[in-house]
Amino acid sequence: MEKIPILRMGNYLLVTIQVDMHDRLAMALQEDLTRMISDTEARGVLIDISSLEIVDSFIGRMLGNIAAMSRVLDAETVVVGMQPAVAITLVELGLSLAGVRTALNVDAGMELLKAAV
Amino acid sequence: MAIVSSENLPIRAEIDIVTVRRRVREIAAGLGFTLVDQTKMVTAASELARNTMIYGGGGSMRAEALNGPRTGLRLIFEDKGPGIPDIDLALRDGFTTGSGLGLGLGGSKRLVSEFQVLSRVGEGTTVTITRWK
Repeated sequence: MEKIPILRMGNYLLVTIQVDMHDRLAMALQEDLTRMISDTEARGVLIDISSLEIVDSFIGRMLGNIAAMSRVLDAETVVVGMQPAVAITLVELGLSLAGVRTALNVDAGMELLKAAV
Repeated sequence: MAIVSSENLPIRAEIDIVTVRRRVREIAAGLGFTLVDQTKMVTAASELARNTMIYGGGGSMRAEALNGPRTGLRLIFEDKGPGIPDIDLALRDGFTTGSGLGLGLGGSKRLVSEFQVLSRVGEGTTVTITRWK
């Protein structure tokens, strides 16, 4: 089965979502990340969604879940790189990603993580 | 108003939702929709295709490219599932009989120009959305 790779860099885990995710792939990422946080004792998770052309309620829920689960495991999550058209659509859909930290790009996201942990 | 082209896509498995998204994107881009309008239509299609699969037990989507006097894209999601007993309730944000966020139906409505749900308990549901350019 295909998987979304998770890279480890020091205390951080980095994920770049580059495929149009079907629902099971999104669920698998959620589980893999939670396990990796626990295994590596990572303090921060950075998820780059700049390649995602849409975020629907399912993917939005997954991002919220990852942020909540990592917080419980004492790690911070930052979602970076959301395309403007995706942001506009997401808010009209009714999702504001409350509880998910966001940054414009990877650099800003890493700064946010470093400051938070 | 004339239907310029029409095509049917099955919605039977999760991967079909991805195919629906890709195809709606291609058609909307081909009609000259702006990036934001493409994204709204693709997102609405993703929500409704998932509903068709999860709540309707599978079905299909018909995509119709419309022309004259206005250019638009109409998507018709059809299933022969259990139907929706209370459509007003189903449209309300946060209401779900499944495990989702309950944003699918009401959220999709906000993303399109025209929205129609026809449902008969025990017979199925048809959701039609149209977005004009």
